[in-house]
This record gives sequence, C-alpha cells and structure tokens, in this order.
Amino acid sequence: MSSKLLRKTASYGIFWIAVAAAGMSIDNSYYLQVLTFIGIHSILALGLNMLMGYAGQISLGHAAFYGLGAYTTAIMTVHYDLSPWLALPCAICLVILVAFIVGLPTLKLSGYYLGMGTLGFGMIVHIIFREWTSVTGGASGYVGIPPLELGAFSFSSSRNYFYLVWCTVLISIVLCQRLIDSRIGRALRSIHDSEHASKAVGVNTRNLKLQVFMLSAALAGVAGFLYAHFVSFISPGTFDFIVSIRIVTMVVIGGMASIWGALLGASLLTLLPEWLHAFSDFEMIVYGLILMLVMIILPQGLTRGILDIYERSHKKYFK
Amino acid sequence: MLRIRNLKCYYGRIIAVKGVSISVRKGELISLIGANGSGKSTLLNAICGLLPTWEGEIIFEEISLRGLSPPAIVKRGISLVPEGRLIFPPLSVMDNLKIGAYTMYRRKLHKNVLEDLEMVMTLFPVLKDRADQPAGTLSGGEQQMVAIGRALMARPRLLILDEPSMGLAPLLVEKILKTLAVLRDEGLTILLVEQNAQAALKIADRGYVLETGKIVLQGTASELLTDDEVKRAYLGKDYGDFYEGRI
Ligand SMILES: Nc1ncnc2c1ncn2[C@@H]1O[C@H](COP(=O)(O)OP(=O)(O)OP(=O)(O)O)[C@@H](O)[C@H]1O
Ligand SMILES: [Mg+2]
Repeated sequence: MSSKLLRKTASYGIFWIAVAAAGMSIDNSYYLQVLTFIGIHSILALGLNMLMGYAGQISLGHAAFYGLGAYTTAIMTVHYDLSPWLALPCAICLVILVAFIVGLPTLKLSGYYLGMGTLGFGMIVHIIFREWTSVTGGASGYVGIPPLELGAFSFSSSRNYFYLVWCTVLISIVLCQRLIDSRIGRALRSIHDSEHASKAVGVNTRNLKLQVFMLSAALAGVAGFLYAHFVSFISPGTFDFIVSIRIVTMVVIGGMASIWGALLGASLLTLLPEWLHAFSDFEMIVYGLILMLVMIILPQGLTRGILDIYERSHKKYFK
Repeated sequence: MLRIRNLKCYYGRIIAVKGVSISVRKGELISLIGANGSGKSTLLNAICGLLPTWEGEIIFEEISLRGLSPPAIVKRGISLVPEGRLIFPPLSVMDNLKIGAYTMYRRKLHKNVLEDLEMVMTLFPVLKDRADQPAGTLSGGEQQMVAIGRALMARPRLLILDEPSMGLAPLLVEKILKTLAVLRDEGLTILLVEQNAQAALKIADRGYVLETGKIVLQGTASELLTDDEVKRAYLGKDYGDFYEGRI
C-alpha cells in the first residue's frame, strides 16, 4: 500500500520535473506550442478515459463539450468583453448542465446505442456552431479571443501558456487518480465489468454514470477554454465529429483505464500529424496505417503493451 | 421480518410468479426450493428491486419495498448473492469485497469496513491469501465465497442467496451451507434458494416448494424432508442416497 503511494508520488514528481525541464530548456516556440496542444489533448483524453476506460461507457460526441467550452469563453470575452476568469466557471457550469441534460436519457442506452446517441448529440451541437451565425459567428467563428492574464502576469508567451496548460493537466491527473482510488473508482470499474451485477450489490449505477459523464464533459470544457485562449480564434471545424473520434482514438491507442495511457495517446495523436507532414499527399494513409499497426501489435494499447514488453525482457534478463 | 403476500411478477405479458405468499421471521433460515424455471430467481429479483414489475405486497421490517431502487433496498438491510455469483472478475478479491460495502462507505465508516473485511476473511480464510488476485482467477468455490463475502460487507439483516451451490462439488456445497448455518446461529436471517433440496433443507428451519410460479408445499424442514411429494419430485431415491453417502 505505502509502496504504491510512493510510486504514485514519485511518478507525479518525475512528471513535474519533466514538464519544468521542458519548459526551461525548450526555446523554440513551435515545440512549445506542440507540447501545449499535447497538454490540451491530454485533458480531453483524461476526461474521456474516466468515462470509457473506467466506467465503460462510450461517447462519440465529446468534441461538442470541447466546443461548448471554447465558444462560451469566446462569446463572453469577445462579444460581451467579460473577463476570461469569469467565463471559465460559466463555461464549466454550462458544459456540466448540458452533459446532465444529454446524459439523463442517453446513458440509459448502452453499447452501440450509446455510441449512436452521443454521436447524434455531437453532430447537432456542431450544426448549431455552424448555423447559428448571430451567436456563434457561423462558419468563420470567432477571432480576437484575448490572451489570458492574471493581474500583471500575462500568459501570452508560449512558455507561460505551456506552464498553465500543463499545470491544468497535473491537476486533472491528480483529480482523476484520487477518484479512481476511491470507492467511486471501484464502483465505476464494477459498472464497466457488469452493470447488472453492480446494481445488484447496491451501486447506484445510473447516478454514477451520469456523474462521470458530467466530469468528463467538464474536463473537455476546460480543454476548450484553454484552446480558445491559446489560438485566439475558433471555428466549427475544430469541434466536428472527426475530433470526437480522435479523442476516442487517443484513449484507445494509449490504453483504456490508464491515466498515463491517456497522456501517451494524446501525445502520439498530436505528434503524428506533425511528423507526417513530409509525406504530404500520403499523410492520412500513413497516419491510418500507423494506428492500425499499433492496434494489431499492441491490442491493449500503448501503455499495457510497453509494460508487457518491459516485463518480458526483464524476466528473460533475470533468468 | 420479511412478509410477501400474493406476489405476482411479470415479464411484459408473461407472468412468472403467480401469487406467492411467504414469510421469513427474524433469525430463521428459510429454504425455497423449486425446479428450473419455477420462478425462484424472479421472486428474489423482485424483493431486491431488480425487477420492478410486480404486484402484491413485499414488506420488510414493516416497510413496503414497492418502488425502491436496488441501492435503497441494500441500504435497508437486504443483500443478495445473485445467481451465477456475478462477481467482478477483473477486479481484485479485495475490491470485490469493498464494493459490497459501497452503500455504507462514508469516510466515518471506514473503520467499520475494515472490521467487516476482517470478519469476512475469518469466515473464509482462503480469501486472505488471494486478496490481491483478480477474482476471476479463483476457483468456483472461492468465487462463491467472494460473492457471499461481498454481500455480507453491506451488513445485511436479511441475506438472500440464489443457488449458491450451482456448479460446485458436493463437498464444497456442504462447506458453504455450513457457513450459512453458522451465520444463522450468529443471528443473521437467511433466505436460501436452492435446487439442491436435500442439502438446503438439512440446514433450514422451514422451507417452501415453488412450482411454476406457485407455492405448492410448505412446512418445517424436517416435515419437507420426509414428505413423499418432495421426495418424489426433488430428492429422488438415487439422489438422496448419493447425498446420504457423502454428507
Ligand atoms: N427476462 C425474462 N423475460 C421473459 N421471461 C423470463 C425472463 N426471465 C425469466 N423468465 C421466465 O420466468 C420463469 C421463471 O424464471 P426464473 O429465472 O425465475 O426461474 P428459476 O426458478 O430461477 O430457474 P433456475 O433454477 O433455472 O434458475 C421462466 O419460465 C423464465 O422463462
Ligand atoms: Mg434462478
């Protein structure tokens, strides 16, 4: 038990040292930007991982929550000239409320049907972003979203924003980990295994599924907020159905039910397109091929796969 | 403690339990026996809130269970060891047991949960060595112990078991049923559903026989064990001899 705790604390420590080291040593702002995107995507993947990896419920509409977070802050800061720090709690509350309203009926579904239900929700929200021009700016979206500032301190430099995003990632990780280690986490895993059995032993499966859905939506909303103030303009294309699928892919590729897996998946799916620019026309084909290969070779996802390889080589070494 | 009157359970338009009345008094071990498809599991699911489509009366400690959700019923003191055990195979034995305490797990109660874990481990010492192992890797008998332990973690006043002997060797069945008798002697009220009539009636105080959704016989365990009807239908001569030889 205590060795587990030690390992956990150590991994947070290493994580934080890595982030700090990257922040201090990297001067190239392009690299810092890519790392910032990895952070934003990690928050998305962490949230969905709670829902998919732990509770076993799929959502193919998570880009909608991501978009709602981004649009709320864009509208409030650009249109109404309010402070982003006021927009952030509003965005989170709105996203949670929408997740509650959407989750209440859809979480009664399961498997393919839940997939379909959330997919439909994602598409509706995307259409609203695109067509409700008077509020959302339509296809051209919003420009001139202000950078974040805290008193005299500005997050407009790549480095500062990088720190802000990765601090949020760390907070999300700690939050998720604490939840997973609690009775709630156990109950979520029991729902994943068998909702019927879980209900039979007294777990309120409906409420719990709804709550974890709201949590994962809230994290997506926070990611949307960070995204909007980072790139300073948003348009509906960033929050369409392909993005929902990409978030699911991050979780699956990284390895379900693993916090570090979510980070790994988010990193791979952010970096791959950057690396593959060289293939120009063939970019998407190579991208798809790599994802297929990963799933064929490591069907449990990167984290489990790498651990397995490590353990196997370790055993051989000691024998 | 538990009083069921004229209970009818429906699956859509199919009626699976057709007006059953049974009662369980505090401290009793009641066996409910019946062949496949007689409606035993349906009856238990109705009590535990897993099957909400029923008519009639289910009264537990003077309060009707009508409309209560399964968690609410567990909180009131009824725990179910479901048919086929339904443990969570990927989770460790320890986690399986802790999930049983879900309804009463508040920070303040943490000490109680640890005490209860200790109690379950004393009841089933094999589980102690297996605490960190995925429950799915245990033998059938050990899994049944996990299922019973998990139900006990909710501190029930009424423990309901749906065919705990299913798929177990006679020797293990005997062991599990003996544990139930011990629990009863310690004051726990138990409703035991079994097809294994002989073994179940041996430890029971009273029994009911269910046939196609109706109670056809009831009485004290010794009455039922010697009843010709029960012998013919559920014990069978060879079957009885088989168990006489072993137990
Ligand atoms: N989900 C369901 N939908 C429709 N009918 C059902 C359903 N579940 C059970 N039944 C029917 O209800 C009747 C009673 O089933 P039940 O599972 O309660 O029997 P049982 O006594 O527990 O049998 P077994 O000993 O095989 O477990 C059966 O005729 C069965 O076909
Ligand atoms: Mg049954």
